[in-house]
Amino acid sequence: MTSIRVLVGTRKGAFVLTADGQRKRWTIDGPHFAGWEVFHAKGSPADPDRIYLSQSSSWFGQLIQRSNDGGRSWEPVGNEFAYRGDTGTHQWYDGTPHPWEFARVWHLEPDRADPDTVFAGVEDAALFRSRDGGRSWEELSGLRTHDTGALWQPGAGGLCLHTILQDPRDADRLFVAVSSAGAFRSDDGGARWKPINRGLVSEQIPDPHAEIGHCVHRLAQHPTRPDTLFMQKHYDVMRSDDAGESWREVSGNLPSDFGFVIDVHAHEPETLYVVPIESDALHYAAEGRLRVFRSRTGGNEWEPLTQGLPQAHCYVNVLRDAMAVDRMDPCGVYFGTTGGDVYVSADAGDHWVAIANNLPAVLSVEVQTLP
Amino acid sequence: MIRVLLPAPLCELTGTEREVDLEVEAPATTARVLDALEARFPALRGTIREHGTKKRRAYVRFFACRRDLSHDDPDAPLPDEVASGREPFIVLGAMSGG
Repeated sequence: MTSIRVLVGTRKGAFVLTADGQRKRWTIDGPHFAGWEVFHAKGSPADPDRIYLSQSSSWFGQLIQRSNDGGRSWEPVGNEFAYRGDTGTHQWYDGTPHPWEFARVWHLEPDRADPDTVFAGVEDAALFRSRDGGRSWEELSGLRTHDTGALWQPGAGGLCLHTILQDPRDADRLFVAVSSAGAFRSDDGGARWKPINRGLVSEQIPDPHAEIGHCVHRLAQHPTRPDTLFMQKHYDVMRSDDAGESWREVSGNLPSDFGFVIDVHAHEPETLYVVPIESDALHYAAEGRLRVFRSRTGGNEWEPLTQGLPQAHCYVNVLRDAMAVDRMDPCGVYFGTTGGDVYVSADAGDHWVAIANNLPAVLSVEVQTLP
Repeated sequence: MIRVLLPAPLCELTGTEREVDLEVEAPATTARVLDALEARFPALRGTIREHGTKKRRAYVRFFACRRDLSHDDPDAPLPDEVASGREPFIVLGAMSGG
């Protein structure tokens, strides 16, 4: 019988939420790694019981945990993320050169086919890969050493590589996003990279149309249309239909086009979800109302989804890795807030219920649909 | 035998109580204690001092005998009280609040 497993990373540990396919009765297991920041946890598409998790703290640094039994038990694996070769510099907030320094792993993306291969997006921005189940990590340094690398600047949250997408047709095609350098694509397994930011307009940088420097918050892709990408930028929701070669804005009638998350319905590649946030200064739900907005037209036309969500005095944020969808029909949509609530809609967004309340601030949400 | 007192978050990685006992080759030094600690508990590598450089992480401190040893030469002999096990070698995270 189908079941659902939700992996929730928070400021103070990880939680594993499980339910059967009805998605009505949930069991909460955790906290795992209590007191540690869990930026992200994600299961292997090829072996759902293989889960990788990023555990970190400002005091004691970075660990990677691996589970081989669906999150019931964990073992620490390799945690040495050494930049390859000369680390060089990127720009600091004040425009001066600053050495690349490893801080933490923001995102773990297991390979679609091999449970022992996993990519890690780190701060300061770089992409690492493990081919031995997380025991050792090698930098795919062509990204960091791109000609533009010395010009990258951190966003307020740090110079983080937070999004990794692997093309379902071609495992060597990778997309990543860096705050605040922009989006990049590799067509050769991560050896060489090109910026894919044409069409992005960011008024917060000296040249709004620059090749790099855009604060991309999140990319999303439907597996049946890998050339179509959706982006929640600092401001603006964007769309590309040519694998990032060009972008156009699809913010349409959103009450705010600032936000962090964006995701695509499991079975409808033109159905999107975003959560509008008031502004980059305020970082809370637009107008104090927690609303998911859905577009069934690939953008531009958006409808608010409010049933079951707080519609007054709500000042939480939904961070970039904190939304996911399951593979059920109807599609389930999940997100977590900085107020520690995790919501699910088992009907593609029409109705929402909280499946956990008052957890630590949620950093990430991933969903596994288990046979 | 050296007694090492670990901060609570690291006990999740060692699976031990806060105090662990280590055999350390004489003369006991901070570096040798940490080498022995990491050899017994590989999950601690990178959590107290950096990989490669072995530099102490910024928010980690080493105390013993009511002294802060954090800035001492890691190859300097530890106090006799620590080397003999009468006093623990304390690893702790810096205080934070707010």
